[in-house]
Amino acid sequence: MGRVSTSATDHSPPHAGFAFILKKALLSAFVALVLFSLMIGIRTEAGPTGQLTYWTRFDELAITVAIVFVGSIVIELVRRWLGPSGASELVPARVQNGLAASGRYVAPALLIFTLLVPVIFYRQRYILDLGVLVLTYVMLGWGLNVVVGLAGLLDLGYVAFYAVGAYSYALFATTFGLSFWICLPIAGILASLWGVMLGFPVLRLRGDYLAIVTLAFGEIIRLVIVNWQSLTGGPNGISSIPRPTLFGIPLTPGPNGFAAKLGIAFDPTHRLVFLFYIILAMALITNWVTIRLRGLPIGRAWEALREDEVACRALGINTTTTKLTAFATGALFGGFAGAFFATRQGFISPESFTFQESALVLAIVVLGGMGSQLGVALAALAMIGGFELFRGLEQYRMLVFGMAMVLLMIWRPRGLIGHRAPTVYLKQAHAISSDLVKEGHG
Amino acid sequence: MDYFAQQLINGLVLGSIYGLIAIGYTMVYGIVGMINFAHGDIFMIGGFIALISFLILVSFGLTAVPVILLIVLLVSMAITALYGWTVERIAYRPLRHSFRLAPMLSAIGMSFVLSNFSQVAQGARVKPVPPIITGGYTLHHSADGFVVRLSNVQIVVVLTTIVLLAIFTWLVARTRLGRDMRACEQDQTMAALLGVDVDRTISMTFVIGAALAAVAGMMYLLYYGQVDFFMGFVAGIKAFTAAVLGGIGSLPGAMLGGLAIGLIETFWSAYFSVEYKDVAAFSILIVVLIFMPTGLLGRPEVEKV
Amino acid sequence: MSGSDHILSVDALTMRFGGIVAVNELSFGAERREITALIGPNGAGKTTVFNCITGFYKPTGGTMRLASASGEIALERLNDFRISKLAKVARTFQNIRLFPGMTVLENLMVAQHNTLMRASGLTFLGLFGVPSWRAAEKRAIEHATFWLNRIGLYDRADDAAGNLAYGDQRRLEIARAMCTEPTLLCLDEPAAGLNARESAALSELLLSIRAEQGTSILLIEHDMSVVMEISDHVVVMDYGVKIAEGAPHEVRDDPRVIAAYLGADEQEAIAVMESDT
Repeated sequence: MGRVSTSATDHSPPHAGFAFILKKALLSAFVALVLFSLMIGIRTEAGPTGQLTYWTRFDELAITVAIVFVGSIVIELVRRWLGPSGASELVPARVQNGLAASGRYVAPALLIFTLLVPVIFYRQRYILDLGVLVLTYVMLGWGLNVVVGLAGLLDLGYVAFYAVGAYSYALFATTFGLSFWICLPIAGILASLWGVMLGFPVLRLRGDYLAIVTLAFGEIIRLVIVNWQSLTGGPNGISSIPRPTLFGIPLTPGPNGFAAKLGIAFDPTHRLVFLFYIILAMALITNWVTIRLRGLPIGRAWEALREDEVACRALGINTTTTKLTAFATGALFGGFAGAFFATRQGFISPESFTFQESALVLAIVVLGGMGSQLGVALAALAMIGGFELFRGLEQYRMLVFGMAMVLLMIWRPRGLIGHRAPTVYLKQAHAISSDLVKEGHG
Repeated sequence: MDYFAQQLINGLVLGSIYGLIAIGYTMVYGIVGMINFAHGDIFMIGGFIALISFLILVSFGLTAVPVILLIVLLVSMAITALYGWTVERIAYRPLRHSFRLAPMLSAIGMSFVLSNFSQVAQGARVKPVPPIITGGYTLHHSADGFVVRLSNVQIVVVLTTIVLLAIFTWLVARTRLGRDMRACEQDQTMAALLGVDVDRTISMTFVIGAALAAVAGMMYLLYYGQVDFFMGFVAGIKAFTAAVLGGIGSLPGAMLGGLAIGLIETFWSAYFSVEYKDVAAFSILIVVLIFMPTGLLGRPEVEKV
Repeated sequence: MSGSDHILSVDALTMRFGGIVAVNELSFGAERREITALIGPNGAGKTTVFNCITGFYKPTGGTMRLASASGEIALERLNDFRISKLAKVARTFQNIRLFPGMTVLENLMVAQHNTLMRASGLTFLGLFGVPSWRAAEKRAIEHATFWLNRIGLYDRADDAAGNLAYGDQRRLEIARAMCTEPTLLCLDEPAAGLNARESAALSELLLSIRAEQGTSILLIEHDMSVVMEISDHVVVMDYGVKIAEGAPHEVRDDPRVIAAYLGADEQEAIAVMESDT
C-alpha cells in the first residue's frame, strides 16, 4: 500500500513562471464564478405573503470572485516561497528546539496564570465568563482525549455524555432539590453508564463506521431530549436550575448569603469567581486522573489499543473491557462537565447539545495533538478564544470553523503538539515524534 | 388497506430520493474508502440551485413546465457537480495519503462550510415555492372516504430516478470511465500502473455522485415544496444508512437501501409517531452496522491478521 | 506420536473460508520444551493454522489441545485474548506488530498488562500510589530490563519502537511475547528479512529461550538454515494438508516435501533425486 504518483499533483514545476500562476488563478476564479453565480449572485427570501422573491447581488459576486482570483495567486506564491518542505522550514531549527525546551515551563506558567485570572480580571466579568467557558471546553477536551487521543476510538457523539450529565443534574436538582455537590457524582455515573451502553454495540466497529455510529447515538440523545417533553421539557428546556453552594451557603445577596456570613458587601462577581474555581478544580482533577491513568496499566492498554489492537489481543489484553473503560472514563468527565454547564447557565435546552458541539470538542482534541494534555488546553483556548472574536459575526463563525478544520487537516493533521511523552522510562524520557504515533482505527 | 397503499406510494417516492443520494455515498466509499460527510450538504446545495434556477426562469416569463424542469435539471446537475468536484479537490485530494482521520475531519469541516455558506448566502429561513407540478391521479376511493392518490410530482420523481439510474448503470457497466472506477475500487495502485488516471477517475466519481445528489435535491424541492440550509444533515445520515443497509460499495444496494429507508420512515411516521421518525432512521443505522455491516447486497470482509 | 509429552495436540483441524478450505484435517503434535517448525510453500495454510491456534480465527472443525499446568485446555473453545491470558500461548506476527508510537520499554510493559492490572487493584490501588502497586511496577520494569538485556536493546529502552532497525524490531517482538511468560511461543516467520548474521543471532536467542525459560516453541519459517539448525521436529504443509512430519533431516530428504517446494510432481522429484545418485 504505497503512494502512487498520479498525474497532476499540486506542486507546480519551478520553471513554469507567472503565466502558470495566472492561468491557475483564472481557472479558480472561473470555478468560483460558476459556483457562486446563483448562490451569491441571487438572493432569495420568503416575502411577507409567504411567496418567494429574489434580488441580485452581482457586486458581492464580483468581489467574491476577485478575492478568489487574488487569493489563488497569493497562495501559489506563498507555496513557491516556502518550497517543497512546506511551512516546517519557516521557523529555524534553533528556534524550534528552543520552543520545545521551554515547553516544560509552559504548562506550569499557564497554570499559575489561570489560578490568578479571577484576581487579575476581577473587575471584568466578560473575561471571567470567557475563562469559565474556556475551562469547560478544556475539561471536555481532556475527557474526549481519553477516548480519541489515548484509546484511538473515533467518537463523534461526545455531546451525548455532556447532555446526559447536564439533564441529570437539572432533573435531580429541580425535582428532588438535591444540591450540586450531591448531584455531580450522580450525573457523572449516569453519563458513564451511558458511555458503557454506547460502547457495547460499537465494540467491533472500526474507523469511519465507529465514528458515524457514535454520531447517530449523539443525535438520538438529542432527539429524545427534544421529543420527550414530559421529562425534559422538550425544546423549552429546563430552567431555574439551582447554583452550587459553598458548604451549603448560597452565594446570594440575602442575609443567609455567603457575603453576609463573611461580613462583606455582596457582589455578583463572587458567584462567577466561585464557578471559575469550581470548573478549574474539576478540570485539574480530570487532568490529574488522566495523567495518572496513562502511567497505569489501563492507560497503557488504551494507548496500545490505539497503536495496534490485534497485538493487544495477542498479549492477552481484553480489548472489550479496555474499550469500555475508555468510553466510560471519557463519558464520566463529559457528564461532570455537563452538570457544571447546567449549574452555570441555570437553564439548559437541547440547542446546546448538537452535533456541532461534538465536532468542536473533537476539533479541540485533534488540534491539540491527540493525547497531549497541554496541547488540548491550548487548543481549547485558541478555539473558544477564536470563537469569541466572532461576536456579532455569529453567522460566519461556523463557516470559518469549517474552513479552519479543513485547513488544519491539510496543514497539520497531527495537531499543535507534535510529539508524545512516554509514561515510563529507564534513563530518560525521549519525546516520540507524532509521525510514529498511530491515530487509531477504533 | 388504502392508507397502507398510500403510505407505500409515498414511501417509494421518498425512497427514490434517498436512493439517489445514497449512490453518491456508496460510490465514494467504494473508491476511496471514506464517508463523504459533506455529501448530504451537496444534496442541499443541489436543492438550492434548483430553487434559484426555477425563480429566474419563471421570472423571465418561461411557462412551459417540461422545459423549465429540463433546464433546471441540467443546470443544477452541472453546478452541483462542480461543487462536488471542488470539494474533492480542496478538502480530500490533498489528504488522500494522510492517515484515516484526516479526510473524515476535513469532510466534517466541509459539511459545516457548505451548510453555513448556504445559511450566510441565502439566509436562515426556509425557502418555500409554490407547487410547480400539480395534479395527479386518484387511484382508489375507499368506503370511508380515504382517497389513494398518485400525484404527478410523484410520477416525475420516480420516472426521473429510473431514467437516471438506467443512464448511470450503463455508465458504470459499459463505458471506459465505469471500468476505470471499478478498477480503482479494487486496486488503486495497480490501476495507476496500468495507465488509469486515478485522480481523474476519483474526481469523476465525486462529480457523478454530486450530480445525482443534485437531482435528489431538485426532486425534494418539487415534492416537498421547500428547501432550507439544514436539510442536508439529517437527509445525509439517512441516505448513508440506506447505503450501508444496501451494502456499501454496491450500487443496486444503494437504491434498494434508499427505498427501504424511505418505506420504513414513511410507515413509521404513519403508524407510530412522526416525532421520532429520525430516531428510527438513526437506530436502523446502528442496528445495521452492528449486526449486518456488509448490508443486504454487500460482500463480507475477512480480517487479515 | 500419541500422548508422550505433547504441549500442543492438533487433531483434524479444519478451516473454511466460504468455499475455500484453507486447512484440511490437519493433525500434528508439538512436544514440550521442543522447537517445532511448521514449514511449507506459500499459501500452504501455515499462518491460518497459527491464527486458529492463537484464537484469531475460529476453526471450522477439529480440536487443539494445550497441556497446561492446570490440565488440558481446548484452544478451539477459547477466543481472542484468553488464549494468551489463560492458556499462556504467545505469538509474533508475520508483519511485525509492535506499538510503534510507544517506547521499547513501554512495549514490554504492555505485555505485562494482566499481572500489573491485578497488582493495581483494577487501577484503583494504582491510582493512589499504594506501595504494593509500586513494588509490582518495579518488578515489571526489572522483568522488562531482563529481556532487554537478553536481546541487547537495553540502551534503546527509551527509544520509540517505530524507530528501531528491522532486526531489532523482530527481536523486540519476541521479547515482548516472552514478557507474558508463555508456555507456548508461536513465531510467524521470525527470520523473514534478516541477514545471515541476524538469523544466527535469532537462532541463538530461540535456543536459549528453550533452554533457560523452558518454553515450547512453534514456528513458521521459510529460512531453512534456521529451521535445520534449531528445530527438533518439523511439520510440512501444502495446500492445507500435512504432507510430512519428522526430524529435520528426515523431512529435508522427503521427496514429497521437495516436490511441494519445487512445484513439481512427486515422481519427478524422486526421479531427479535418483538420477543424482
